[in-house]
Amino acid sequence: MLERLRHPWTDHRAERTLGAVSLIVGVVVVAMVAFVAVHAWPTFEHDGLSWLGPGGNLKDQTEAMQATGAHAPASAYHLNAWPIIYGTLLSTGLAVLLALPLAVFASIFIVELAPRRLRAIAIPVIRLLASVPSVVYGLIGVLVLVPFVGNHIVSDSEKAKYASEVQLNGYSLIVTVVILAVMITPIMVALICEALASVPKAWREGAIALGLNPLRAILAVVVRAARPAIVAAAVLATARALGEAIMVFMVSGVNFFSPRPGDGVTFFFEPLRTLASTIVAFAEGASAPALRSALYAFALLLLFSSLALSVAGYLIKLPLRKYQVRA
Amino acid sequence: MNAFAQSKGGPGAQQLSPASGHGRRSSPVSWRWIDRLALAWAWTAGLLLCLIAGAIVVYMAIRGIQYLRPALLAERPAVGASQSETGGFLDPLEGTGILTLIGLLLATPLGVCSALWITEYGRPSWLARIVETSIEVVAGTPDIVIALFGLALFQTRLLAPFSFTASGGGVFGRSFFAAGAMMSLIALPPLFAATRDGLQAVPKHMREAAYAIGKTRIATIRRVLLPSVRSNIATGVTLGVSRIIGDTAIVVLLLGLTLRSEPQGSVPGIGLLRGTGSTLTTYVFQNSPAGEGAAPQKAYAAAFVLLMFVLALNLVVGRIGRRQSDELGLGAAGAIV
Repeated sequence: MLERLRHPWTDHRAERTLGAVSLIVGVVVVAMVAFVAVHAWPTFEHDGLSWLGPGGNLKDQTEAMQATGAHAPASAYHLNAWPIIYGTLLSTGLAVLLALPLAVFASIFIVELAPRRLRAIAIPVIRLLASVPSVVYGLIGVLVLVPFVGNHIVSDSEKAKYASEVQLNGYSLIVTVVILAVMITPIMVALICEALASVPKAWREGAIALGLNPLRAILAVVVRAARPAIVAAAVLATARALGEAIMVFMVSGVNFFSPRPGDGVTFFFEPLRTLASTIVAFAEGASAPALRSALYAFALLLLFSSLALSVAGYLIKLPLRKYQVRA
Repeated sequence: MNAFAQSKGGPGAQQLSPASGHGRRSSPVSWRWIDRLALAWAWTAGLLLCLIAGAIVVYMAIRGIQYLRPALLAERPAVGASQSETGGFLDPLEGTGILTLIGLLLATPLGVCSALWITEYGRPSWLARIVETSIEVVAGTPDIVIALFGLALFQTRLLAPFSFTASGGGVFGRSFFAAGAMMSLIALPPLFAATRDGLQAVPKHMREAAYAIGKTRIATIRRVLLPSVRSNIATGVTLGVSRIIGDTAIVVLLLGLTLRSEPQGSVPGIGLLRGTGSTLTTYVFQNSPAGEGAAPQKAYAAAFVLLMFVLALNLVVGRIGRRQSDELGLGAAGAIV
């Protein structure tokens, strides 16, 4: 036995071993989907897909779930999660809308406009922005931005007007969206920069030779050629924003209230609740089977959304290959 | 792979830059207003991002210097009424270290082996594609979902030895083992991507030369390829570490959120790993207004330490990247995403 180990590995054996180790990841992914789906099953079993819909009072429902203890009756599984899904879509959508113009033009700046020395500073700085832990973003949000919005932006009359329904104390949609946008912009910048830089220089030079000014040439030729990559970057950033749990938990108020567009500007100052932050909020009390199953159902929803978005991002980028633009 | 490095020496970039004074063709002054607006916005956007990053670092540094005392790093956390009685964050620091170690011990061989197999063997190709796709799926999965998966996994009876079992027979499922294992999933994608890119960048003739003198594939891997991608693996490990130390969701769900590390069982080392604890991230989380103990000063101090770690790791990645000169130099998209 020892003799065999001391011998140099044969190619065949090495290939087998490396392949087997590589397959572990595949097994883990399958296990992940299976485990999450199995634990989410009771919710689907009792509610079908209707738990995704509106109606009902989510606060009462979750309280009932926690109250039922170890053996939950079928009625305890009843759930209307639409307010949470709405909160997730709302915060993610607005954050991507805010981040996209920022990311596109920042990428143009980095790839095309910035003087070399400025670029040498900007790149590591933006990379740092991408690696700041979400809990640090959350801390700054909850200790700086939330009190600022609560004390200086929301007026007392607004607070009084909505006092009976919701407390406008700064834990709000706007803070969530702004921080989310800051968190996803570096990801988009990295992807967009890659695409912009891979557009052949001759294309832009040709456009300038035809009389466009340099910026027009960038927008009309370089950005246009990289358009699929920009969309793909937005899609991948969406996936990242969907799953952000800790930061959103810290600044969004994790309230059962959903922001109402009808409220005018106040809309942005209303608290909300997202799928990922709800999982964090109930993580401790997840021993009640009904609630536990609901949390796994949320996780399954997140898992499939991010999966679908990854696939979408890949498909959107395909046309780039046709132009032989490497991305 | 790397856009930033590639564009660095772009011949057109410098001379076309209107603001650097080399714009021979047309100066922005003569442009239409919409073009000038777009130019201004591009500069604003780029500088704004730098400004935000700078503001975060400076603000955290001010708060950190204000509240960080050396004693905090050496004291264990304690229960207390005021912020002066609650001790420091020695245990969270250790917790971060332990999780990083477990995560890397699992993720490094996994990531390097997968990258080697895919680039050097990769047969059958459909299997290779499955492996690659799986790693991309892991990369795209939100950490909170990975955390819930870990909870379900480690609460199964089979894995009960890795955490503590309550008297009623319920498996707790939360321990350093559980959190560390899930951390390895977080660290895996950057590790894999960095190693794979390094291997792909090794010129073909190096492999051919090795085969020509009669080396087997595996001997080539060990004697030629691995030494030449060592710095790529180092980059991957560094990126993985910065992922692990920055992650909160997994720790919140899988480490039990106890203030101090609480070993389970009598065996010293194993007991600690089977027990619960906290890390810097959960310490910040717990001490912020979002957690239970509202001790913002402690939270700021710990967050400052955390940010310094991340900053240092970033510098290391930049350093290694510069030495590699081409691939993966800066923020390669695969590493960030």
